[in-house]
Amino acid sequence: MSRPAHRRPEYHKINKDLFVLTYGALVAQLCKDYEKDEDVNKYLDKMGYGIGTRLVEDFLARSCVRRCHSYSEITDIIAQVAFKMYLGITPSVTCNNPSRTEFSLILDKNPLVEFVEELPAGRSSLCYCNLLCGIIRGALEMVHLAADVTFLQDTLKGDRVTEIGITFLKKLDEKKYRRKK
Amino acid sequence: MADAALFEFLHMEMVAELWAHHSDPGPGVSAGSRGKEARAATGQKMSLSVLEGMGFRVGQALGERLPQETLAFREELDVLKFLCKDLWVAVFQKQMDSLRTNHQGTYVLQDNSFPLLIRMASGPQYLEEAPKFLAFTCGLLRGTLSTLGIKSLVTASVASLPTCKFQVVIQKT
Repeated sequence: MSRPAHRRPEYHKINKDLFVLTYGALVAQLCKDYEKDEDVNKYLDKMGYGIGTRLVEDFLARSCVRRCHSYSEITDIIAQVAFKMYLGITPSVTCNNPSRTEFSLILDKNPLVEFVEELPAGRSSLCYCNLLCGIIRGALEMVHLAADVTFLQDTLKGDRVTEIGITFLKKLDEKKYRRKK
Repeated sequence: MADAALFEFLHMEMVAELWAHHSDPGPGVSAGSRGKEARAATGQKMSLSVLEGMGFRVGQALGERLPQETLAFREELDVLKFLCKDLWVAVFQKQMDSLRTNHQGTYVLQDNSFPLLIRMASGPQYLEEAPKFLAFTCGLLRGTLSTLGIKSLVTASVASLPTCKFQVVIQKT
């Protein structure tokens, strides 16, 4: 009995490519609309924020995350569950400060840039994947966590890895923020 | 393994943002004798063509990634059947519900529960909003056809959400 059509490996890849290609087309369009890199970056972040606020519900519905007691648990879940679920990769997590409010997600491989060899000419400050920062920020805000999310390293700018920094801004109140099972 | 959900969310956000951005041509366009309505109509066309253009580029790229055996089609109808079955399944996890043709280069592809509309509503509500959610997909179809060697014009119409029809008219060179 042959596998159902949508499970054939080549179609799986098309589905994955669809998001990556659409994202590329979006960035290209924004580069046409805005001359300054900062404006494109800001716009990508804003769009990501909008997506993140909705994506978090989708995520919570699909995963069975237990209640988190610390920022580092939350960051682990973002890396090991969310990234895995939506992008098929698992970034590694490092903690950047002793009070455990600043973390980094290190991506060896970034599926979003699969078809991008280098940044377009004259766009050296473009944060190509800035949508991701907005998504994380928007999602966290929906569960009442304020955070700054930015790119610290970017392979498209010559760095060895891609590094996303998450800085949690408010203290997490244990009793208040209970996650649904 | 990018989830289909991620594409749907991105598409929704793109429609919302690009629509807002392109529907106002901006201070550069002379106000002159053009009324506000005319500007809005032009703005609408700009947004739809921007979305369609993006879909076209993505469709072209997707077409290039299709398995090799799919590229050896004998007839135009086979290509359209491929779009309805294989491409639609790969992109939307379901097949097109019906394909009709007049055998003279016009095809109507009907999807009774189009995934990009299904979250919005059922019935005659929001018919005015529907076209901007279809523009990208029209471009996608046109782009994939282009990679498969067929020049076409693709438009979409909605009578009642979430059912929509894509009309493909083959352009003879």
